Amino acid sequence: MKNAAETPSNHHALARLCSSLPGNFTQLSALSPDHDTDSDRAARQWRPGSTGALHSEIFACGNEAAGAGMALSLALDAMRAAARDGNGPAAAAPSDDQRAILWVQERAAAKRGGYPYRPGMPPDLQRRVIHVLAEKPKDALFALEEGVRCRDLAFVIGEIVGNPQVLDFTASRRLSLAAEHHGVPLWLVRIDARRDLSSARMRWDARSAPSPRPRWNRDAPGTPGWHASLFRSRIHPPAEWIMRDDGYRLDVEPPARQHTGAGQGSGQANPVDLVRAAGD
Amino acid sequence: MMLADARTLCPHLKVAISDPAGDLDFLERLAIWAQRWGPWSALDPPDGLLVDISAASHLFGGERALLADLQQRFAARGLAVRSAIAPTAGAAWALAHHGPCDGRGGAILAAQDDARALLADLPMAALRLDDDVLTVLRRLGLKRLGDMDGIGRDAIMRRFRNRRSPAANPLIRMDQLLGGVPEPLLPVVPTDMPMVQRRLVEPIRHRDLLDQVLRDLSQDMARTLEGRGEGARRLELGLWRVDGEVVVRRLEMAAATREADHICRLFAARLDDVDAGFGIETVRLRASWTEGLSLEQGDLDKAAEEHGTSLAACIDRLTVRLGTDAVRRPVPHASHIPERAQRWQPPLAPEPPSQGQLAFHARPLKMLDRAEAIAVLYATPDGFPRQFRWRGQVHEVCRVEGPERIAPEWWRERSTVRLRDYYRIEDRQGRRYWIYRHGIIGDGRGGVPDWYLQGLCA
Repeated sequence: MKNAAETPSNHHALARLCSSLPGNFTQLSALSPDHDTDSDRAARQWRPGSTGALHSEIFACGNEAAGAGMALSLALDAMRAAARDGNGPAAAAPSDDQRAILWVQERAAAKRGGYPYRPGMPPDLQRRVIHVLAEKPKDALFALEEGVRCRDLAFVIGEIVGNPQVLDFTASRRLSLAAEHHGVPLWLVRIDARRDLSSARMRWDARSAPSPRPRWNRDAPGTPGWHASLFRSRIHPPAEWIMRDDGYRLDVEPPARQHTGAGQGSGQANPVDLVRAAGD
Repeated sequence: MMLADARTLCPHLKVAISDPAGDLDFLERLAIWAQRWGPWSALDPPDGLLVDISAASHLFGGERALLADLQQRFAARGLAVRSAIAPTAGAAWALAHHGPCDGRGGAILAAQDDARALLADLPMAALRLDDDVLTVLRRLGLKRLGDMDGIGRDAIMRRFRNRRSPAANPLIRMDQLLGGVPEPLLPVVPTDMPMVQRRLVEPIRHRDLLDQVLRDLSQDMARTLEGRGEGARRLELGLWRVDGEVVVRRLEMAAATREADHICRLFAARLDDVDAGFGIETVRLRASWTEGLSLEQGDLDKAAEEHGTSLAACIDRLTVRLGTDAVRRPVPHASHIPERAQRWQPPLAPEPPSQGQLAFHARPLKMLDRAEAIAVLYATPDGFPRQFRWRGQVHEVCRVEGPERIAPEWWRERSTVRLRDYYRIEDRQGRRYWIYRHGIIGDGRGGVPDWYLQGLCA
């Protein structure tokens, strides 16, 4: 009650201070997030192809492969964007990019969520995966940092279970700085973890989303999709999406138009469905 | 006798000031020059040189010709020389100092000659002994080398039993002369000073140009010193002016260094008062005192810090810490059993040839290490699963694709192994799994088939 009583008077004092100061100080209030216009917000919104963040964390449940799947999709999307923008070593066509990727798993993560299975990976990546099985979180962090320091890697994926003590803010800051210094993206999947302190540039929450019905077998599971929420980022405002990776590009849509198994999403489920796209 | 007294007696006396250091310096240079006759040479201060000409005399047409050549070349330099060749340094020294002077260049003692007999007439001084020892020997009545054979070796040894130094013990000297004990020589090794210079097409008169030249010279010097594994303690910068004047600036460092920037900075303060006159045409930098400064390894980590490590280096670091089994690459294997279709191999080994996989086979992104049993509810035993419980959680199946029937490898396994019917399913929350039914009812290989969850789809 006391605080509530004090707040208005503070506001009055601030307003008086602002009005008494000439010029620049009154503009400060315009910079505060309260006055962020919708257009600004839309411009800073994350969209597929944003390559700003080199260290991202994806929080996921250990009983599904949503974390790793979304990490791979986001990484592939960032690589495709880098190739499209024509900067960096991936400037050539994505298929020409033969740099390896490093997939670091703590043993507990491999036990809970399984190890990577080559026939199920995206075809671009099948020949390129190098898998590291670390016994302890400390070893996994070491492997992640070494991977991020390696200039011949396309990106690094890590899977760490829970909130180990060694993965504190200092450790994640080390990873961020190394990734940004060497330009190797790091996608760290945090399995069954609390959202603790971290310096990751983007922090996602991932869980599986129901897939659209495929065109030819409407009872089969379709293109993998995830309910992704960007809950903290330095670059983008937080938001939620349904992401789908059809193997060619990453589609996102707001979760309001979430597919619940009704048939309207089949157009996006099959990108080569030209018949439907033509409309006849 | 004082110099004044001597001049009184002989007014024509020529006087030269004694310069022992200069003599030694000259002797050193002479020793290096004398290496023209043999690969090794040693000083014998104050006025002798020892040259090892083993297996080299034939280059001059034999030992006699070598001595003649030597006489001629020393005479051409205005030096009087007495020379001798012998199998040991001691014998050569004795012959050169006390041997016969026959005018043919010098005495030669061949290897097959009997040195003891031939050198018996030489005086005791030929043994390179100290003066007090010579006095003792003279008082003992030993005047020639042959006299030592007359008395027993034991007697001489008893007399000089507490003289360890060769110069104080005639027995050791005698053995050295006859080749009985080794006498190592300390060879003279010529070293040249690192020197770099620039001759300038256009004489320079301005300071900034001189600084540029100095910078270039410093870098050249640093490179030269690095090649020799040395660092400079003293540097001399010589500036030759057009009119012939030479300006020299010396610099001494507290520790050996070969940093070009450091040298430049130190010299910059010393060049303020240089008078360029009509211009400087040659600049020479010489390191007159160098010390060993071992090459430093370029900081590996620093380079990695800057540019990142290569893939091989990264793999090496990982395997060293985590073990070779921890870093692997999945490769396909010719089998249609899912868990057997993937093998692991070292990350940089070439990939084995393999058949392409069928595109309509959807496979999960991740496989469990060991398929986990699940409890499944189904409408009919060989129909689609409706609901299953895995890890204590109930999953309601709403989409199914299957079955994909994978038979056991009969050529490898026993005949009782059951086939698998794989289903790709999605539950109500959208989680996608790969599950299979182990066997079918009535296959005669067990009772009611079990269900397993093997893979997690993206």
